[in-house]
Amino acid sequence: MSTQADTMTAQAARPSNAVAFFTIVRKEIRRFMRIWVQTIVPPAVSACLYMLIFGGLIGSRISDMDGFRYMDYIVPGLIMMAIIINSYTNVSSSFFAAKMQHFIEELLVAPVSNVTILAGFVIGGVARGLTVGLLVSFVALFFSDIVPVNLFITFSMAVLTSTMFALAGLINAVFAKSFDDISIVPNFVLTPLTYLGGVFYSISLLPQPWQTLSAFNPVLYMVNGFRYGILGASDIPVMHSFGVVLVFNLVFAGVAMTLLHRGIGIKS
Amino acid sequence: MNALSLRGVAKTYGDQTHALKGIDLDVQQGDFFALLGPNGAGKSTAIGIITSLVNKTAGSVTVLGHDIDVSREAAKALIGLVPQEFNFNVFEPVEDTLLNVAGYNGIRRSVALKRTEQYLKRLDLWEKRRTPARNLSGGMRRRLMIARALVHEPRLLILDEPTAGVDIEIRRSMWEFLAELNEQQGTTIILTTHYLEEAEELCRNVAIIDHGEIVERGAVAELLSRARVETFVLDVADAARCVDIDAAPFTLRAREDGKLEAAVPQGHTLNGLFAVLQGAGVEVTSMRNKSNRLEEFFLKLVHREDVDAQGQR
Repeated sequence: MSTQADTMTAQAARPSNAVAFFTIVRKEIRRFMRIWVQTIVPPAVSACLYMLIFGGLIGSRISDMDGFRYMDYIVPGLIMMAIIINSYTNVSSSFFAAKMQHFIEELLVAPVSNVTILAGFVIGGVARGLTVGLLVSFVALFFSDIVPVNLFITFSMAVLTSTMFALAGLINAVFAKSFDDISIVPNFVLTPLTYLGGVFYSISLLPQPWQTLSAFNPVLYMVNGFRYGILGASDIPVMHSFGVVLVFNLVFAGVAMTLLHRGIGIKS
Repeated sequence: MNALSLRGVAKTYGDQTHALKGIDLDVQQGDFFALLGPNGAGKSTAIGIITSLVNKTAGSVTVLGHDIDVSREAAKALIGLVPQEFNFNVFEPVEDTLLNVAGYNGIRRSVALKRTEQYLKRLDLWEKRRTPARNLSGGMRRRLMIARALVHEPRLLILDEPTAGVDIEIRRSMWEFLAELNEQQGTTIILTTHYLEEAEELCRNVAIIDHGEIVERGAVAELLSRARVETFVLDVADAARCVDIDAAPFTLRAREDGKLEAAVPQGHTLNGLFAVLQGAGVEVTSMRNKSNRLEEFFLKLVHREDVDAQGQR
């Protein structure tokens, strides 16, 4: 009897974090796919309108930017904008809902490490960011005929950027006390940073001190790194872009892990 | 090896509120244990600490030999929790709630699917497996939380007021289910409840917690033997007249609802009470316990008017 009990204890003492990780990722992906009309379609429609209005109607009257057709120039930025907003929003809204409805406790009482919880939510956010990014890329095919000149840089910059903003979304959700708190950052921080991050223009066009000030906008590095992967042209050296996004990833991951470890916002 | 050991467990919220003041507690493997106490006594805080939902201020917690500070994941794998408040994703189908929790506990999907079917059927929720949890009745939601807590087949099941707000029929069926789980599978069960009848019916051992301290502990049978007085409510024709009867050693009191309350001290029988009443020409048409014996013991122990009022409802 005791042998059986000890065996059961030993089995239970070896919970698989890999299974837990895939469970969280699966749940997160199913969540945003279940409500695809709210999560996947709107960014594609917005990108379509941007391309139609800024790229097609207004862009046709704008001369080449850094040697590229204006439409071709803005496509990488529009894809990156969709990736950033969706990676962020997915994690912030999902984690916050779990916190507010208390079903985050299902994870907290289970033998799941904080790294697994963080990785699961972040990969869910990255999955949505990349899904929307792919859809916007598909839409872009109707307006532009560009193809990535360096697939590795394009893909790695997309993944690193979406990881960074998924981490930021989780940090936001940990501190948020209401749904207003999770909409403030996308509306009043992310959107301005993205618009001012070189999506629609080259910073070389900006007068001083705006050109210098732009260098403090992290989104500028991501948009330009991604643009380098697609067009082979950028305002920023591509290694600087990778450096910035890597540093932000490390800092945000450290902050998120500390918050989960201390149970801030989720434990008493 | 104990299923659960707490040593000097304390929790202070901010600088002032001492929710737990360094409690020690042991629960043996296979026990059905009641943790009782009035609202705000510290029961839920203790459960929160054991299940890692609350960070303790001091002390140690060991679950089946695993210290939660040293091998937290191993300890958590052995615990199933049915919390007081509903805490599942209301938009998710019932089946997904169990599958997800099985996954969080490292159970492969093929096994998780079988266990989900097994426990949903056992708790009469299989027909509702595709229903979003928000569409379930209160009783079904309680059963869902029990099924969810069992899907990884924990060795220690903790239920924080599992039958609160459910009707008597469902409550009885839950009792049967929990007793079966304890007896047949050997699952150690810790229960907090406001229905002291529930604790008396199900549990072998009990600890009573008040103001963050354990004020009493022991076997339920032993505590009941220490309940010195049992009170009964009798239907009689004229309760007001009865209070003048010399009924010693019994104490009679007329209630506002027109019934007679009779306190029977330990060591005296109901036959004696009826003999006194019959001698005074009082006819008793019906009788019931005012509250169960454990409840009377509990109320005397915590000495609280608010709890007293709750006990009489």
